[in-house]
Amino acid sequence: MVANIIKKFMNKVLRNFFKKKKQVKLGLYGPPNGGKTTLANRICQDWLGEDMGSVSNIAHETREIQIKEQITIKSKGKELTFNLVDTPGIATKIDYEDFIKAGMKDREAKTRAKEATKGVIDSIKWLDEMDTVVIVLDATKDPYSQVNITIIGNLQAREIPVLIVANKVDLKKAKIKKIEAAFPQYDVIGISAKYGDNINKFYEGLFALVD
Amino acid sequence: MGLVLQFVPYSEIEELGPARRVNKLLDMAKQNKIVLLEGRLKKEEEADLIAITMEEINNKFKGIELAVVNPQKKKEGTFLKGIKTAFIGTLLGDRQGFTIIGPATVVKQIRNDPGKIELLMQDTPAPKSRKQKKIK
Repeated sequence: MVANIIKKFMNKVLRNFFKKKKQVKLGLYGPPNGGKTTLANRICQDWLGEDMGSVSNIAHETREIQIKEQITIKSKGKELTFNLVDTPGIATKIDYEDFIKAGMKDREAKTRAKEATKGVIDSIKWLDEMDTVVIVLDATKDPYSQVNITIIGNLQAREIPVLIVANKVDLKKAKIKKIEAAFPQYDVIGISAKYGDNINKFYEGLFALVD
Repeated sequence: MGLVLQFVPYSEIEELGPARRVNKLLDMAKQNKIVLLEGRLKKEEEADLIAITMEEINNKFKGIELAVVNPQKKKEGTFLKGIKTAFIGTLLGDRQGFTIIGPATVVKQIRNDPGKIELLMQDTPAPKSRKQKKIK
């Protein structure tokens, strides 16, 4: 009980400290093809009027850490400034033959696979650098994957505040309730990063996360 | 070739440092064995396992499928049961539950729903039907 109170107090102190830091790092994490870069582009378009990275239906399109500095968002008279960090999707397996099946040539597929493995390693290394993290999950996919559980467990162990986004709610197969049931201890916001559905609620969620 | 399920008691990794633990388990998976570890790795070790797996990927080794079953996570109905679970958790620590690590060339997917675990195996060239094993 007492330990919990002390823990909560320390978390608040740390969060306030991060708020005062000049460069708060907001990371977008999740498995490949969840829509991290689509969400990063949505945020950058909404507040900077430009894209952050390219998107593709083929997994592992983002293979390097991408950073967009000094994004300021506003909601209900409040302002929040952060450096947005878009990370490569974390996976436990990468098979260059999957890229060939998606239409790539042998050499291109092997290069993409090699770069993708490096991207996953970088994403994991960067966990320690984050002040706050948005987990972007594809709401049409099974949320009980070990990758999701491992990412969230690592953030929890580092006491980094987490917001879960259930992306692709514009699709019929999307099941937000399943994501909520899988991670009941976290706020889950259903959005469509592609079409901007519910995006204001997402921004409000970001304010709630760092407050 | 038959399917090899390698059971690893927690005592076999208990005394090892994080890197040696991860490498021991990964080496078994690279030998095309499905590893069934008693207990679980620490969260940081799970992340290390993924990172080291990525370093090892080549044309033959495509990575792993991973699932951790943690009975401590299941919510108990009553306050007393909750205390009991917490007490057992404190006593057993990371010995509780089990971990499955399968090479991606053998295990296509591990579905870890709260009620059951499903191992979907990769199709072998000869039979076209997909084999499915369930552990309840």
